[in-house]
Amino acid sequence: MPTVAPLDFEGHCVAAVFLNDVPHFALADGAIHRLDNGQKTVRANDGLLAAFHDAANDRLITGGEDGKVFAVRAGGEVSELASAGRKWVTSVAAGPQGAIAYASGKNAFVRFADGKVKEFTHPRSVEGLAFSPKGMRFGVARYNGATLHFPAADGKPVELEWAGAHTGITFSPDGAFLVTTMQENALHGWKLADGKHMRMSGYPGKVKSLSWSAKGKWLASSGAPAAIVWPFSAKDGPMGKAPLELGTRGNTMVTCVACHPSQDVTAIGYEDGMVIAARFADAKEVLLRRPGKGAITSMMWDREERRIVFGSAAGDCGVIDITA
Amino acid sequence: MSDAQTQIPVTVLTGYLGAGKTTLLNRILSENHGRRYAVIVNEFGEIGIDNDLIVESDEEIYEMNNGCVCCTVRGDLIRVVEGLMRRPGRFDAIVVETTGLADPVPVAQTFFMDDDVRSKTKLDAVVALVDAKHLPLRLKDSKEAEDQIAFADVVVLNKTDLVTAEELEKVEATIRAINPAARIHRTERAGVALGEVLDRGAFDLSRALENDPHFLEAHDHDHHDHDHDHDHHHHDHDGHHDHDHPSDIHDVTVKSVSLRGGEMDPKKFFPWIEKVTQMEGPNILRLKGIIALKGDDDRYVLQGVHMILEGDHQRAWKVGEKHESRLVFIGRDLDAERLRKSFEACQAA
Repeated sequence: MPTVAPLDFEGHCVAAVFLNDVPHFALADGAIHRLDNGQKTVRANDGLLAAFHDAANDRLITGGEDGKVFAVRAGGEVSELASAGRKWVTSVAAGPQGAIAYASGKNAFVRFADGKVKEFTHPRSVEGLAFSPKGMRFGVARYNGATLHFPAADGKPVELEWAGAHTGITFSPDGAFLVTTMQENALHGWKLADGKHMRMSGYPGKVKSLSWSAKGKWLASSGAPAAIVWPFSAKDGPMGKAPLELGTRGNTMVTCVACHPSQDVTAIGYEDGMVIAARFADAKEVLLRRPGKGAITSMMWDREERRIVFGSAAGDCGVIDITA
Repeated sequence: MSDAQTQIPVTVLTGYLGAGKTTLLNRILSENHGRRYAVIVNEFGEIGIDNDLIVESDEEIYEMNNGCVCCTVRGDLIRVVEGLMRRPGRFDAIVVETTGLADPVPVAQTFFMDDDVRSKTKLDAVVALVDAKHLPLRLKDSKEAEDQIAFADVVVLNKTDLVTAEELEKVEATIRAINPAARIHRTERAGVALGEVLDRGAFDLSRALENDPHFLEAHDHDHHDHDHDHDHHHHDHDGHHDHDHPSDIHDVTVKSVSLRGGEMDPKKFFPWIEKVTQMEGPNILRLKGIIALKGDDDRYVLQGVHMILEGDHQRAWKVGEKHESRLVFIGRDLDAERLRKSFEACQAA
């Protein structure tokens, strides 16, 4: 039976991650709490809006209301990486070679490891940011589509058009597909080799959480009473195929998904704070945490595939040990 | 959906450049009224107040992907409201300041069409600031100035010291012709009592029509708001306008259609109002109504913005209160005669 080590904080948890195997919780007020031989706290942004786990460098990149971008490392080291002015930094991402990207209004910025910053201006607001796993390339989710930039070169950006407001963005782990979340309860995807469109709709709510399974074979998503898991192992992705629906519940919605690092299993967090794990092959479910005070907002597995750290909108966070 | 108590009220402030929005905002931020406001502005501009809760945001209009041209929302507001509401303890209410040329409709629709925004906040009122001296000119050169007035729940007729009494009467008559349902406050230097612009509950079905005793009165009466701002007394004037006909004032394209009838047959009325909002939605800026339904002990209240329609039972009819249905449409290209006839045809036999 899994055990849960609960932690109660004040306020909305934006990101719950492991840094050097230590659970860290980034809260909306900018406090970064960690469980490191007792609870310790450091501060990042004055008003933390966005966070991205930079796995390659084992750090958390944060952006916030103060217009600043910070890197948080294990042990409580917080360093300011950039300042974008008085507008909010609403999205952050980390890429290859220590590069990071951040968005403020209509501008996206890339900061290279050497500290050099490059600015990319768009006609409309930059809603979401993601780096491609291959090459120095990043994507911007925007109104009516997505834009791909190549910050290391001076080439023209690639525009991918699809009507509607695109709010979030992710590349598949092999870099073959680009998927966006939309304002209108749907995902949109592009196969980058030929620009083929993929419409993934039918969600009753907005999709706010996406997670690629091991080797990118599946894409799990929130926004429905079940985790909606699209198959991406075929050449054309999920086109013409039905998604899996895992962990269906009648009275609440899935708000967060986090795929297992090596197996075809996903952790599923719900609006009422419940967390389960479900296996793709047979849809078998295991209860990991009973309902709590707030919607699950963030989850991450540790490297040993033994623990899951989770955060909630009400601050009731914790660590689940599935082997205990 | 969260219960009403936890929903943060949002006031939308519209008005042309120079109408006095910044002056009013500065008062909201600096006066000692015991409430804390988060303010979303397009540019910090002249707000000379250092406050963490002033958020600068680029106006970003998103058309919804549902084939409806009037279904627009403000994408930046969705993002900013979501961010603000993650730390709700910091403020009691939100004020959204729009640019001078802004269309107020996408701002308002954001609070009805986006589920996340709707669950955490509620639109309180749309307040339009109008420059008494320059309004006639603004109406000549833009559709936006007219839209802002047509859409407002409260109109602050500002800079009254810069015009003569006759000019002021004429400007007010123009505002009245565009929007007979709004409350009008005459002010100098945006000196309206803040209670008249904040926490109005204009979109709250249980309050909307209750706190405005003059709403939808028979149109041979005066619609004047007997201004609570006693520093600026003004006299009532009767019968300068007839809302059911295009105004004799030039440069006005918005008109209102006020309908009244007896008890309605719900089987006829609901399909009718739904059809009207579906067909005429793009032309309807606002609609408000109190409906008496046959066989129903409660007043039914409704309000709408373009194709969005909300209705609910409000309260029981009082003893001796006349069971009467009243409905007003504010919009463009409305066929008053057809609306009247089809409305009257919904009356219970």
